[in-house]
Parts: sequence; structure tokens; C-alpha cells
Amino acid sequence: MQPFEYRRAPTLDAALAEARAAATAYIAGGTNLVDYMTLGVLRPQTLVDINHLPQSYAQIDASETRLRLGALVRMSQAEEHPLIRERYPLIRDTLLLAASRQIRNMASLGGNLLQQTRCEYFRGRGFACNRREPGSGCAALEGVNRPHAVLGTSESCIATYPGDFAQALIALDATVEIAGGRGAPRRVPFASLHRLPGDTPHIQHSLAPGELITYIDVPAGPWTRRSRYVKVRDRESYEFALASAAVALQLEGEMVREARVALGGVATVPWRAREAEEVLRGAVLDESLAQRAAAAAFAAAAPRGHNAFKIPLGRETLVRALLEARSMSA
Amino acid sequence: MNPATPAPRENQGAPLERVDARLKVTGEARYAADIAVANLAYGVLVTSTVARGAVSELSLEAARATPGVLDIVSYDDVRELRKPTFGMGSYTSLGPLHERRIFHDGQIMALVVAETYQAAEEAAASVTARYAQEPASAELDSPGTEELDAAGKVAMLKKDPASGDFEQAYQAAPVRIDAEYRTPTQTHNPIELFSTTAVWSDGQLTVYEPTQSVYGFRSEIAKQLNLDLAQVRVVSPYVGGSFGSKGPLTPRTAIVALAARRLGRPVRCVVSRAQGFTTQPYRAPTRHHIRLGATRDGTISAFSHEAWELTSRLDNYAVAGTKTTTRLYGYGAVASKVRIVRADRQTPAFMRSPPELPYVFPLETALDELAYALGMDPLDLRLKNDSQREPIEGKPFSSRHLKECYEEGAAAFRWRERNPRPASMREGDWLIGFGCATAVYPTNVAAAAARVRLAADGTVRVQSASHEIGTGIRTVAGQMAAERLGVPLAAVSVEMGDTNLPPAPTSGGSNSTASVCSAVLKACDQVRARLFQAASAAKSGPLAGRDVSRMTLRDGTVLAGDGASQPLQQVLGASGAGAIEEYAEFVPSGAPVDAMQKLYRGQTTMVRSEERPAVSFAFGAEFVEVRIHARTREIRVPRLLGAFAAGRIMNTRTARSQLMGGMIFGMSSALLESTELDPRSARIVNADLQDYLVPVNADTGTVEVIMLSETDTSVNPAGVKGLGELGDVGTNAALANAVFHATGKRLRNLPIRLEDLLGGDSAA
Ligand SMILES: Cc1cc2nc3c(=O)[nH]c(=O)nc-3n(C[C@H](O)[C@H](O)[C@H](O)COP(=O)(O)OP(=O)(O)OC[C@H]3O[C@@H](n4cnc5c(N)ncnc54)[C@H](O)[C@@H]3O)c2cc1C
Ligand code: SF4
Repeated sequence: MQPFEYRRAPTLDAALAEARAAATAYIAGGTNLVDYMTLGVLRPQTLVDINHLPQSYAQIDASETRLRLGALVRMSQAEEHPLIRERYPLIRDTLLLAASRQIRNMASLGGNLLQQTRCEYFRGRGFACNRREPGSGCAALEGVNRPHAVLGTSESCIATYPGDFAQALIALDATVEIAGGRGAPRRVPFASLHRLPGDTPHIQHSLAPGELITYIDVPAGPWTRRSRYVKVRDRESYEFALASAAVALQLEGEMVREARVALGGVATVPWRAREAEEVLRGAVLDESLAQRAAAAAFAAAAPRGHNAFKIPLGRETLVRALLEARSMSA
Repeated sequence: MNPATPAPRENQGAPLERVDARLKVTGEARYAADIAVANLAYGVLVTSTVARGAVSELSLEAARATPGVLDIVSYDDVRELRKPTFGMGSYTSLGPLHERRIFHDGQIMALVVAETYQAAEEAAASVTARYAQEPASAELDSPGTEELDAAGKVAMLKKDPASGDFEQAYQAAPVRIDAEYRTPTQTHNPIELFSTTAVWSDGQLTVYEPTQSVYGFRSEIAKQLNLDLAQVRVVSPYVGGSFGSKGPLTPRTAIVALAARRLGRPVRCVVSRAQGFTTQPYRAPTRHHIRLGATRDGTISAFSHEAWELTSRLDNYAVAGTKTTTRLYGYGAVASKVRIVRADRQTPAFMRSPPELPYVFPLETALDELAYALGMDPLDLRLKNDSQREPIEGKPFSSRHLKECYEEGAAAFRWRERNPRPASMREGDWLIGFGCATAVYPTNVAAAAARVRLAADGTVRVQSASHEIGTGIRTVAGQMAAERLGVPLAAVSVEMGDTNLPPAPTSGGSNSTASVCSAVLKACDQVRARLFQAASAAKSGPLAGRDVSRMTLRDGTVLAGDGASQPLQQVLGASGAGAIEEYAEFVPSGAPVDAMQKLYRGQTTMVRSEERPAVSFAFGAEFVEVRIHARTREIRVPRLLGAFAAGRIMNTRTARSQLMGGMIFGMSSALLESTELDPRSARIVNADLQDYLVPVNADTGTVEVIMLSETDTSVNPAGVKGLGELGDVGTNAALANAVFHATGKRLRNLPIRLEDLLGGDSAA
């Protein structure tokens, strides 16, 4: 590991000021950043510790109409919140089914959103990787690519966005509040935070250098209570998704009034499946509709060898999530 | 009752707690790399990023310039080292720094030594290499590999077992099975990382390293460094899992020792998880062609097992499990053939149940296929072909209670409630399948020595250079002494894992309990004899003049057999002795006369099952329930059950733990573990525990272990068959058979993954 400096920021302003220097990284729980530093993949010269910012950034503010989550809220703290459990089962499940409890006790929500891909070739060891070393090539294209994405891929990178929580946020139209720059914090739709790999896979999100996520806002909708996350993996626990589906439904009898669908484990970024939502909206939800919605969600999918199974698996995962959400009592 | 402490049946020892349980859970047990050594320097390996070729340039300047770096050992620096020779002592003949050729991915190219681990790591990461790279062939089917018949070329197989005219019997059989099976490359991945700590003092070398063979390591280290045996001590007090990976020495040890000598300072090298995948051995991938012929009543009349195993370009290694599979049932005619495939990989080596786990899988899966072809219950097919004689040489089994295992296991599992039709059982969205298979492991035993000391205060010390690799050997060896000397286990201390102690064999082949306990037993009996002698020879006292042959020891008291007794502390006190100490050598029948001398020189001479007048194996029947999601096809295993007969069970708690761990290991081997190679570069891709999956607690449902009572003193004085490698055999087949039962899909390649079951568009 390359030597680095460590600075503890007591206030937001101090954090932003420290982070103006080049090659700085914020550290929250460190569960992702430190991993990649020990591998030599991330090599910041300075770490700015944001764990000692004022309490407000580690608080959950939940009401009838909205949910406001500080970026420093720990995953386990959010998954235990009674209002989240009751009103946003989708959010709770994406947290509960992630990592392990020990990791969730450390991991912050802000850090969770910005976690790095789990592509094995990205981890170094002499393999070509455009994300780690722009222009070096992508070893995964013709390599062992079972865990890789089938949606949102490019000829430069097919790495899967690994997180679960992000699928809930993109499905529920969350926004993030970002501090940095000069003036007031800016607010952006969560859906625009991550960037498709295109031919610049090393640029993963739209934050400017030194910008800090401070809050996550999730609006309450008539669909948030009837929401469900299905995560499919080889192991029963402690594994990233091979495929997952986040679904929120507003039903009128059997008919779908509103639907929100996101897919995990199969795409390069948090993935909103609007094509599936189109199919669902206004129709009677049964097996065949769910199948048609799933087919629409994966119509543009591009397999790469070992990951071809993710197309049928992703479809079945979405069908399962839709039918399970239908039978929820909400 | 607590399931962790099964009530002992006849010929089974009490479920005493592990003597080191508290040390382990409190972190007080010291592993090799935990041992405090003054003035340590830290070494980090630099390994190749190509699988085949030559190193044309290795740039070490940046590394040398890294603050804290003390030395770099690389090519040109190892003239003082002798290249390893392939065999039981060293897993490979490769001297990675003796030549610039690269034979496998991640081959050692240098060792960087620095003041701190971090500095060594940073410097190692700065090393760059240029290679004259060549295309590598690293899989069983890769073009460019070289195929050879194994018999006569590998240590484990002199001749392919055969009996009768297979072809004729097979052609004549009315029901036949003919299929191919595969098992993947697997990496042991014990949680304790590999490490070497080398300390020199006045020409004496002490090596702290986790190992299954301190004496084996000692002689190999002495050889490679041109030292006398007496100049080397190997210490390995606790081993954090091993599974075979720490049996033979790897080239790293001598390189670290050399670095410590050059530097005049102790050096410790802890190998990273990723480098553990390439600088240590692994389980080779295998391919099998099975043919079975049977009559309509289910009598097997023909069995053929052909297999291919991968090895390196340098060394002919094979496990040759046909020695077991061809003897497992009373087949009619038998044919077998093992071939090795030489490829651009490091040499493989033992991994838990080396021959049986990969070879029993195809046989026990094929039997399930045969049962379906016959319309017969797979369990009944096995019972139908159960036999008290093996078919190759017609020798009897010293004992075989496979039928009893199946009967008791099936009843406990409620096997007969299974609807035999595939894809017929379901609960909600989950398809249910039951499968069964046979577990089998040969009984191995080897020469061993032990020293036992009974002190005047009634405490006992047992010394034998065996290895606590997690099996509970310290506990059972202590228990043996406690039992023979009539003292509580708490009064016994057990010292192991050090070449300063009397030698014990390699902890492999599940021989340790049998071998070490037999030696401890012998030493204890010598102590008893002296104690009884002292009691009888006393001028006065309750036992004076009594017949020693009728004396026994119980609860700290010597009993004369006629009601007279004397506490053993008094016996010792009266005799004036401070302690009674006895050294004993146990040499099993069938071992060469110089077995003990060989052992002192680091060579274990295992007396193998098939070499005896009656062959001996431990047996078991395993049952697996799988649940498979009807739509998304995750495979879950809510129940594993095994019923085993393995001779004397020394301690039902530690034995259950071994068998339970074995079944979980077998499940993992069937469903999760696979070392994946990049198809173009022939390099290992998932060299970490993120993508080299092993089960977590949530994957492990109910695991039930039944231990049948079995007495077989013909195997060794302790009557122990060994069970450390029994539980994991057959689990893979039982699981694959359960998957077939749940879904109707026959899967013959491991690991079985959900994508193998995602047929068509709609799975539901
Ligand atoms: C073994 C393991 C298994 C896991 N399994 C799962 C899983 O199944 N599902 C899942 O979703 N996740 C999983 N994770 C990922 C885990 O959820 C993330 O590591 C964690 O959420 C990251 O949070 P952190 O606070 O530790 O982030 P850090 O490691 O501290 O930071 C991560 C990144 O975010 C940046 N950062 C942190 N906070 C901010 C902020 N407020 N503003 C701007 N930048 C910021 C950091 O600079 C860094 O680049 C797993 C992790 C591990 C180690
Ligand atoms: S998929 Fe992306 S992260 Fe993985 S090797 Fe290719 S470029 Fe790198």
C-alpha cells in the first residue's frame, strides 16, 4: 500500500477545504475504499475522514411524505428504522440483503452509492482494465465474465454496478444533495449520479472532484409500501447479486396504476427499467404481463459468453419480484 | 441433548471438550505467523503475471529505492540453494529462482525484504517484468497439453486395477450407463494464510510455518539449504486449516530462509490470499468416463472407470482414485485407466480426500442414473451390490457396515417418504429433491512415536510431533492418555508441532488419530507397567507384592483387581520417583522394518488399505435434501445427513465436528468452489474469497451426523479407521442426485450452478 496522509474533518467546510487538494478521497466506513487501497487499485495521497462531521449527516428524518437520509447513516441504522421497515420495505431489503451485518455496521449510505465494481480484472494482478488504467483494454470482454453486466455495457467495459441500495433509490426517484463548489448545495436526481461506461469507464459518476454527498431524499409515493427486492445469488448470504429486481407497485384491484422497476447485478450502473414500467402501467398484473414486462426490460441486453444466463435469470428475477409484490398486503 | 455432544455408543469415547477450545475462541492459540520474534524483517513475494514463457527482464530499481527495503532475493541469488525434488516432501521439482523460465501463473520471481510489511508490499508492487511470453495450455482440454498413462509413472498407482473381461460383460449387460463427468480445479484456501518465519542463530535454523509435517519439512529444508537435519528445527504449534495444502513443502520456505541468512536477521513472509492460489498446490481438475452394466434385477456385472487428471509439465502427479472406486462394490468385471495431462500449471497436490472426492462423484452419480434406468430405488441398488469382498483381488474387508449406515441413515432422513419421480416434490415456489451416495475412505496408518510422562502430582504430559490442523488430534491424543492412565483429561497436557518432539507422520490420509493414538497407547502402557511394578515392588503399602498383570488404573487409583487399591500419587511417592517417562515407537504391521528411521528422516511410510491381507475402509451413507427455486433456480441445501461406520470413535464431539465439516466441505465442493482460469492468459482470475466462494452459515442448514458403533481392532491397536476425510466423500454425488430428483436434470459437471438449471424462457 502506498503511504498516505490522513485528515479528520470536524465540519463540512473543513472537509470540502481539505478535499480541494489533488488525489484526495473521502473516507466514511472505509469498507470499500480501504479494500482497493490495499490492492493498490486506488492510490489517494490524502484521506479526508468524514465520520466526525456534525450528527445531522448521520440522521434519518422520516415523515408521511418523505424520507431524508444523511450520507453518513450506517446501513444497519437505516435497515432497523421502524418507519423505513413499514413504509419502504424495498429500501430495507436492499440493505438487509447486502454484505454482512458487521460490514453494514461500518458502511455508510453515501459510501455505498459510490462503491467500486467487483470485476475481478479491475482488482489488478496484471490484467488489462480500462477502468483501472484507461486505454489498457478490457480483459473481461473475452475473459471469465460470469458476474458481468448485460445492460448498459460498452466495448470498453462490462463491469457490473454491484450495489443493492442504489436499485431502491433509482426505482423510487430519489435525489441526492451534493455539497462542494461555492454556493448552496446542489440537488440532482439519483438517476444522473452514475455514468454509463461508454468509452470512459474510469469516470463512474458525475461528482466534481471534492464534491461530497450530504443527503439522500426519497419521496413517498403510493407505491412505496408495496415494494419488494428480490436478490438472486449462488450463496444464501454475503454475496453480490447475480441478478436482482427492485419493484414498487400501485395497484387498483388487479390493475397496475403505477410501477417502478430497477434491476441490479445485470447492468453497469443502477438500472431503471422504464420499458418494463411501460408494459405494466394500466394492465392487469398476471404471470403473462410480468413475463412481457421482463422481456421488455432485457430487450437490449447484450451477453458476453459466461454471463448469457443473466438474461433469462434477470427476467425470471423480475417476474418473481413483480408477482411477490402483487401478493404483498400493502 | 446438545447435538454437538452425541452420546457415545459402544466403542466410542466421551464427547470431551477440545483441550484448546478456549485458547482458540479467545485468540490465545498461537499460529506460526503469530509467534513473536525479535528484530523481524518482512518479506513479500513478487510473482509472474504470465503462465508460460521466460523472464527477459526484471526491474528491481524502484523496489530497491523504496524506503525501508533491506534486500531482494531473485535470480542469480540462489546458488546456495538446491532445487527441490518432487515427492512427498516437496510438491514440486520447480526451483522458481533457479531458472528464468515460467511454468505457471503467479510463479515466484523475487522476494522483497523490508523493515515493515507495508514497505515490502509497496516495493514488491513496484517491480516490473518483461517476458518472452508463450501461449499457455492450462486446462484438461487445451490443445498443446501432453497425455500419458499414469500407471507406473505416478507414486499413487502402480497398475490400473482390473478384474475379468469388462468389455464382454458390458456388451452382454441388458442395462447400461455410459457417461462423462468433470470436477473443477479447487484451491484449499485455509483461512490461515501461508507463511514462513526463518530465524538463524549460530548456524541453527528455526522455521515457524504452518505444516502438516514438521519432520517432513525439516528434512526438505535441510536438503535445499545443504544443512544437517540437526541444524534445522520446524515449529508449527497450531495450524489454521490445511486440507492438504500444508503437507508438502513449497519453494518459498528455502527462499525465505536464504533471505534471513543473507540479512543476518529473522524474516517473516506471509503470503497474500491471491499468491496462495499460485504458489501453493491445488486440487487438479478431473474428467471421468464411466460405464456400468447391470442385469434387470440391479446386479452390476460390469464397471469401467477411466479418468484424466491435470498435472504440471514438470512433475507426474495423480491421485488415482480408481484404487477405491474399483473396490467399492461387488461388481462383476472391472476395468480402469488413469491418465495424466501435463499442462502449464503448477503441480497439484493433496486436497482433502484427494482420490475419493473427485473419483467417487462420477461413480455415485452413475449409480443414481443406473437406478433410474432400472426403475429401482438408488438406495436399494447400492444395498443390492454391497459386498464383504472387494472385486479386484477378492480380499475381504476388515469390516464393512455400509448397509447398516444406509439403513440407519435412511430412517433418520425419512428417505422412504421420497416420491421417486423426478420433479415431483414441491413446497410453494421451491422444488424439493432427495439424493444419496456412499462415502468411503481407506484406512491408512503409519509409524509414529510418542513420549508420555506421568508426574508425581498426577499430571501427564504427552509429546508427539503431530499437528493440530483443526481435527482435534491434541484432544484425542490427550484423551487416550487420560483413559489409559486413569487421570482426568484436564490433568493431561499435549505438546505437538515441533521437531524437538518425537516424530509423528504427516497429518494426511486421515492416519493421525490411528497412528498417534497407537503410539500414545503404547507409551502409556509402558508407563503403566512401570507404575504397577513400583506398586508391587514396594516394601509396604496396599499393593505390595500383588500380581502386576491383574492391576488396572482408574480415576487416579491403581486397582489390584481384588479390591485393594492405592492412589497413583502414593504409588509414585512411595517409589521415590519424580516421574515416570516412557518413549514408544509404534510400527504398524505391514510397514517396512526401517519405517521408524525413515520417519526420523521426515518420510512417512503409510500402510495403505489395499496392501493388507484384508482391505479396510471407513464407510458412510450420505443423504442430501436440496430446494431449488422454481423460477430463479437458486440451489439451497436445508439438510445434510450422514451415517458413518469408522471403527473406534475416540471422541464423539470432535468426530462429529470432523464429519459435519466434511459434509459441508463436500457441499461446497459440489456447489461453489471452482478456481477459474482466464481462457486466453491461462491465469487464475478469482484468486480471492470474493469470487472463490465457500459456504457461509446461511448456506448450511441442518447437518446431522450419525456414528454407528463398529469395532475393528485388526486395523491398528487403537481400532481407529480415521474419519477426517470421510465426511466430504460422496456429498457431491448425493447433491447432484438430489438436483436430478428435484428437477429431472442430470448434471455431471461440478460445480453445479443455477445457470445449469435455467432451461428455456420460463422456468416455472
Ligand atoms: C465483503 C463485502 C461484501 C459486500 N456485499 C455487498 C452487497 O451484497 N451489496 C451491496 O450493496 N454492497 C455490498 N458491499 C459494499 C458495501 O456496502 C460498501 O463497501 C459500503 O456501503 C461502502 O460504504 P463505506 O462507508 O464503507 O464507504 P467507503 O469505503 O468509506 O467509501 C467508498 C467510496 O465512496 C466515497 N465516499 C464515501 N462517502 C462519501 C460521501 N458522502 N460523498 C462522496 N463520496 C463519498 C469514498 O471516497 C470512496 O470512494 C460489500 C462490501 C464488502 C467488503
Ligand atoms: S469490465 Fe471494466 S472493470 Fe472489468 S476489466 Fe473490463 S474495463 Fe476493467
